[in-house]
Amino acid sequence: MNPLPLVAVAGSPNAGKSALFNALTGARQKVANYPGVTVERKSGRLTLADGRPVEMVDLPGAYSLDPASPDEAVTRDVLLGRQKGERQPDALVIVLDASNLDNHLRFALQLIELGLPTIVALNMIDLAKRDGLELDPARLEQELGVPVIETVAVRRRGVTELHTALDDMLSAPRCGVHKHVKSDLILLQRRAREIATAAVLRDTPVRRWTHRLDSVLLHPIVGPIILALIMFVMFQGVFAWSAAPMAWIGDAIAWLSGAVTDALPPGLLRSMVVDGAIAGVGAVITFLPQILILFFFILLLEGTGYMVRAAFLMDKLMHGAGLSGRAFIPLLSSFACAVPGIMATRTIDDPKDRLTTILVAPLMTCSARLPVYTLIIAAFIPNRNLGYGVGLQGVVMFGLYITGISGALLAAFALRRGVLKGGGGGFMMELPKYQMPSLKDVGIGLLTRAQIFLKRAGTIILGTTIILWAFASMPQAAPGQKQSEVSIAGHIANGIQAVVKPIGFNHDIALALLPAMAAREVAVSAIATVYSIDEGDNPSHNKTLVEKLRHRWPLPTALAFLAWFVFAPQCISTIAVTRRETNGWKWPLFMVTYLFALAYLAAGATYWIAVAAGLGGA
Amino acid sequence: MNAPFQPETIGLDQLELGTKALVASIDWDVLDHGEACRLKDFGFDEGVAVEPLHLGPFGRDPIAIRVGRMTVAIRRRHAGAIRVVPVTPMIS
Repeated sequence: MNPLPLVAVAGSPNAGKSALFNALTGARQKVANYPGVTVERKSGRLTLADGRPVEMVDLPGAYSLDPASPDEAVTRDVLLGRQKGERQPDALVIVLDASNLDNHLRFALQLIELGLPTIVALNMIDLAKRDGLELDPARLEQELGVPVIETVAVRRRGVTELHTALDDMLSAPRCGVHKHVKSDLILLQRRAREIATAAVLRDTPVRRWTHRLDSVLLHPIVGPIILALIMFVMFQGVFAWSAAPMAWIGDAIAWLSGAVTDALPPGLLRSMVVDGAIAGVGAVITFLPQILILFFFILLLEGTGYMVRAAFLMDKLMHGAGLSGRAFIPLLSSFACAVPGIMATRTIDDPKDRLTTILVAPLMTCSARLPVYTLIIAAFIPNRNLGYGVGLQGVVMFGLYITGISGALLAAFALRRGVLKGGGGGFMMELPKYQMPSLKDVGIGLLTRAQIFLKRAGTIILGTTIILWAFASMPQAAPGQKQSEVSIAGHIANGIQAVVKPIGFNHDIALALLPAMAAREVAVSAIATVYSIDEGDNPSHNKTLVEKLRHRWPLPTALAFLAWFVFAPQCISTIAVTRRETNGWKWPLFMVTYLFALAYLAAGATYWIAVAAGLGGA
Repeated sequence: MNAPFQPETIGLDQLELGTKALVASIDWDVLDHGEACRLKDFGFDEGVAVEPLHLGPFGRDPIAIRVGRMTVAIRRRHAGAIRVVPVTPMIS
């Protein structure tokens, strides 16, 4: 079978490459890894006018074919046809930032030299005009010798024209490809500057928007305050906006559970479906709205260009802890999930900087902890309004995030003075222009996250909850016995409990810790499953999980449980990705050990202090 | 102050915010390979116009610099390797 024609989209970082890729291929994208490396391969389909399908691949952003990072190396190797697992592209779309031609043309010239059929997308032409810059695309076309199309990818402008140009190009006969690039960067840069100057019709310097915004957002005093406010709003938003959709999902699950209970005869099968699958997976799916709201904020911060500003503001502090401002973005992404966060550390050039960032990334409060935090906070922290729309529950949540961040900074500091001593670390980043991201791009991003989350809920989490259900239901308890104590799981938990009893953890928690290794949010479904089975056909079956917890756990235990989850490395995927990114078992084992030690100490300290303060328990 | 025929160079880290300057030379030797590559990627080169725009809030580090049509952020230490000649007269 002939493979589909392959069109690669290439360009410098911040040229709007991904938005253009989204505009051309739409929402149906495939994300995978290139074999042997941890660089993402994002691909999609495009249909030509004659109905022929074409595969498009979004190459990692690069400034030149001289790679300074593993991402840039993949871009070079794909373009030269020597990347494993990828055929050589048949054509190329180069994305340029219209208002940054001097710089982006250098890479474009290098790419055009390759001799592939090429189209240049002169992107973000609206921002250039906003800045008083008028360009001559015809002149640019003449100088470069390839078609130039003006586009505004985030507004989907110029996309039809680009599509037509691709049509024409892929129908024309192809010429050979040069396999070697031997240009001098400095010479290319000078040529790029010449062309850029020639292509500019008018350049009326106006007070630039980006500059005006930056003088506020990067202001030495106002800037950090705004950053703190943005983060605070983000975390209050995660709580406030998710309440209604979470209730709907909760209702839907309760209805489903009732319907299945009515439809099936009492027995093991019904117990497995209702108490195992529906109770377990349902408890996790309820948190989808929160995860999506968090990702919505992160995608928005990335899309507007603010994310890099946050790195700029935080660099010196991060540097003080032995990290670079570049670590800020991977660490901020780790608030959603440590797995993409750890993968995003590829952009950090210094190996020790990178390793430190990987090792502390799991301390960032990822979205899988949210179900655990939400449940415990809802059960034990009163929903009190502190005035000005600030709720006590939100403040406690904020405090948990701050504890994670402080822990990460302290751990980084210790690592850089201990096992990972040395290495300067640098911070060199482009500050792109501010722009409004398109809702469609944010939507595509959210859709991908939702799919990943639901897939996990349907596989790992479903599997784990059913196994746990089996462990928790068998052997069946005789009348008068407690099911959670006689079952297989109960016996395993007894072993764990011996270790965690000093830090205030009860039998139920011990029971939840093991399956929570699959994914932290499983702790919630595990507890839900256990209580659900325990109560059997009891009238109290209808009580919510929150009410059940209030009856069973003393406050110090609940607080210790929260402290445990700030630090505990309870996530197989994170451990796996760390192994992959560090090429061995040494660092993941180190990570797991130090994080469990921290979790134990933190939970213990919390429990003992809470008991001493007379909050109950012991 | 600066006689036009004998320009005096200063480190880019010493340049006041909002002062335009031209890059006179770059001391590539104090940068490691990756750092040097990145500066070249950003378009730092002799004769290029630069202008420091913003300073980081803590310890006036890093520095946001306009280079050509781009704005980039680099650490003070790396900016020090770039020698520049101010374009706007020091006395106005």
